[in-house]
Amino acid sequence: MKYEVTIGLETHVELATNSKIFCACGGHSSANEPNDCVCPACSGMPGMLPVMNKSVVELAVTAGLMLNCDINRYTTFDKKNYYYPDLPCAYQITQLFNPICVNGKVQVKTNSGVSEIGIKQIHMEEDAGKLVHDEWTDTSLVDFNRTSVPLIEIVTHPDFHSAEEVVAYLEMLKSMFRFGNISECEEGAMRCDVNISVRPEGATELGVRAEIKNMSSLASIERAIKYETARHIDALERNTEVLVQETRRWDDTKGRTFAMRNKETEADYRYFPDPNLMPIVIDDEWLNEIKAKMPVSAEEKAKEYADAGISDKEIEMLTAERNLCDILDEVVALGCSAKEVAAWILTDCAGILRKNALLLSDLHIAPEKLAKIIKMVNDCKINRGAGKRVLGAVIENDVDPEKYCKDNGLDVQVDQGFIEGVVDRAIENNPAAVSDYKGGKVKAFQALLGACMKELRGAGDPTVIKALLEQKLNK
Amino acid sequence: MSYYVTEIDTKGNIAVDDTLLVKDVLSTAGSHILEGFAPLFSAEVVERVQKAGYTVSGKANVGEFGLDLVGEFSNKAATKDGSLVGAAAQLVAEGSVKAALGVDLNGAPRRAAALSKVNFIKPTYGTVSRYGVIPCACSGEQVGVYAANIADLKQVLSVISGHDDKDGTSLQHDSYDYDTDLEVKGTKVCIIKELLSSADDSVKASVSAYAEKLRKCGVVVEEVSFDMVNAAQTAWQILMAAETCNNLSRYDGVKFGYRTPNYNNIDELYVNTRTEGLNFLTKATIIYGSDVLSKGRYNDCYDKSLRVRRLVVEQIKKLLGDFDAILTPVCSKAEYKPYDIAEAFTKVFDESRYTAIANLTGIPALVSGGVQLMGSYFDESLILSLAKCVERVSE
Repeated sequence: MKYEVTIGLETHVELATNSKIFCACGGHSSANEPNDCVCPACSGMPGMLPVMNKSVVELAVTAGLMLNCDINRYTTFDKKNYYYPDLPCAYQITQLFNPICVNGKVQVKTNSGVSEIGIKQIHMEEDAGKLVHDEWTDTSLVDFNRTSVPLIEIVTHPDFHSAEEVVAYLEMLKSMFRFGNISECEEGAMRCDVNISVRPEGATELGVRAEIKNMSSLASIERAIKYETARHIDALERNTEVLVQETRRWDDTKGRTFAMRNKETEADYRYFPDPNLMPIVIDDEWLNEIKAKMPVSAEEKAKEYADAGISDKEIEMLTAERNLCDILDEVVALGCSAKEVAAWILTDCAGILRKNALLLSDLHIAPEKLAKIIKMVNDCKINRGAGKRVLGAVIENDVDPEKYCKDNGLDVQVDQGFIEGVVDRAIENNPAAVSDYKGGKVKAFQALLGACMKELRGAGDPTVIKALLEQKLNK
Repeated sequence: MSYYVTEIDTKGNIAVDDTLLVKDVLSTAGSHILEGFAPLFSAEVVERVQKAGYTVSGKANVGEFGLDLVGEFSNKAATKDGSLVGAAAQLVAEGSVKAALGVDLNGAPRRAAALSKVNFIKPTYGTVSRYGVIPCACSGEQVGVYAANIADLKQVLSVISGHDDKDGTSLQHDSYDYDTDLEVKGTKVCIIKELLSSADDSVKASVSAYAEKLRKCGVVVEEVSFDMVNAAQTAWQILMAAETCNNLSRYDGVKFGYRTPNYNNIDELYVNTRTEGLNFLTKATIIYGSDVLSKGRYNDCYDKSLRVRRLVVEQIKKLLGDFDAILTPVCSKAEYKPYDIAEAFTKVFDESRYTAIANLTGIPALVSGGVQLMGSYFDESLILSLAKCVERVSE
């Protein structure tokens, strides 16, 4: 018999804000050690009140617009009650009754075609802390750095029918959110709960549902879905077990899921509206402001770059990293050509980073400095080789390009007259090479060119020098 | 016995309820479960009175988390007759301090002020910051002021009120001007019949005496019927219990305060810490609150109470459209008499009948001369002026 698997996802995404959702603490990524980014508010001390971080609302709305959602103009927060040591107040502030975004949809492309996934809702909430088990003393320690870090939870309809679709959807979210500066989406910043059921093809009722909790790697999610599908089919076909609605946990090392709790022992979270947070009203003016600030999507960016003459291969590399696009755009705005800047970034910057065992995603360079270097090369103030040296110094030590040229003698005045003098001197001081060249030894030209370059110490455009030298020798 | 849980400065002129945080000073909300808790910051109201030049004398004892309306569920008996009725109110009555700050979540400070013959005002919800109030019933609790006379009351209230960024429910006005010299002649005050009939004769007499004095000030006083007294009382009881259950769940023995020595696993740590750390009334409130929020009961209890709250607000606004203020008793007896524990438990609910409307709706309520005056939102000035006029007539 053929079976159909039905999957719905709940995806938690950590938002890239400067501070936590209800207090001024920095995000946990800035923490050096446990309980570094903690204040009385996010550690649950009595007397502190939550104060809403406006940029959380704006990022959530932006994410909702990206996923074609309706934005709820009146949105409220609720408290979800449960005891766990990593939850300092023993309640989580989340949205149950009036989530910020509803009724969205996205298209997901896989090898087997395009499918539409319905987004039921997106809501804002705070993250919990982390428990660290100390094997030595056999105690559990609590780290509140992650407590109150803002999250959005994206809930889909049960519209997925394969692990491939799920992975494609999550990859799409990841690149969309990274590119839109919604979330860094790094390891652990995107976590998924997978609701899965299996039924014989053509059946009208959905099968018994299992929820696999809290997975963060795409590989694990794929394996867990495949494992669960097989487990359900085994149960249906060979009665290996009686399926019950339950929550399960994926064990990556064992490669299987384990039951955590079933419907009877399910917790009652006793949700109720949080009286400490006023309802948020998103009026037209605010919504339009958010819309105006909507980041361009990677697709739009790619089209823009193609029009500017950048190659497909380069576009692919550039649009993989929002940071690169930002640098490129700013350098272009300072008067350089897009095509040229792309080459500087993808060839020269990449090479320097590689030497330092870094990736393009690690590129930090002031656009003004890159623009300066490109202009100095274009204006023949330095040659390309020297430009690369300056670039290395800028990336590694953030030096001032002009000052660096001066300090290292790269700023030789290289107008036509100066170069002519250098070429003349090279011919004058190397009579042997000149006569060798005139006698047909082509290699002697390289010696003369080298003499020019030596005196110019890397300044000047080699093609110009070459042409001048040739012209004078052949006179 | 001391009225203070912690005395800070013997020369201090303002006492604060133990439910308000004072930096580095033990703050226990009258509960064993907050044993040893010294906060890292002071409540906004404490900062404001200090900045205005007052000195905090100490933390006045309160019933656990301020929930104990009748003062019989004490962890530390504090007052001269062994009851917990308003340590702060008694400090003011004795003249030890000029004023005191109290947290009103179910009327305990109002009741204490009435029984101690001092004034207490619970201002309009949102006008005074709740930052640094050990939270219990956030949607209705407000910091108020005890004082021996209306002038002092007004002075301290002006200091503590006004917008605070640290409280998301704080209203946007930077400050409020309270005028205690409004013309009261010709204003109209109503007495709610349903609240008068449930009080004993001595209370009825003091309400009539107060009404008489108002009339001497040229105020028109009439008795009216308000049929939402029971609904308001029940709704606030439900909302208060639910919010208390939620706010008190942070006391789990993990982070601060009391931790049971008797546990083998995390569940035992939670259960035993809370069982040993909280008193009977608080535990009962938590269980009640937990019940009204549970899946099967939410719609019929919690959600319905929110709807009742909206109706009561509409009706009270209507009543305060017809009248300028409302006059009611604060409690059923004019003098303090101790209850035995079983009786006290039902009294905590019964007595909230007089005080619940102001907590539920957020309107200002002033206790003066042993009775309660409630006014329209932000109209503290009128009820203060009425009380001041009566104060003058009484002299």
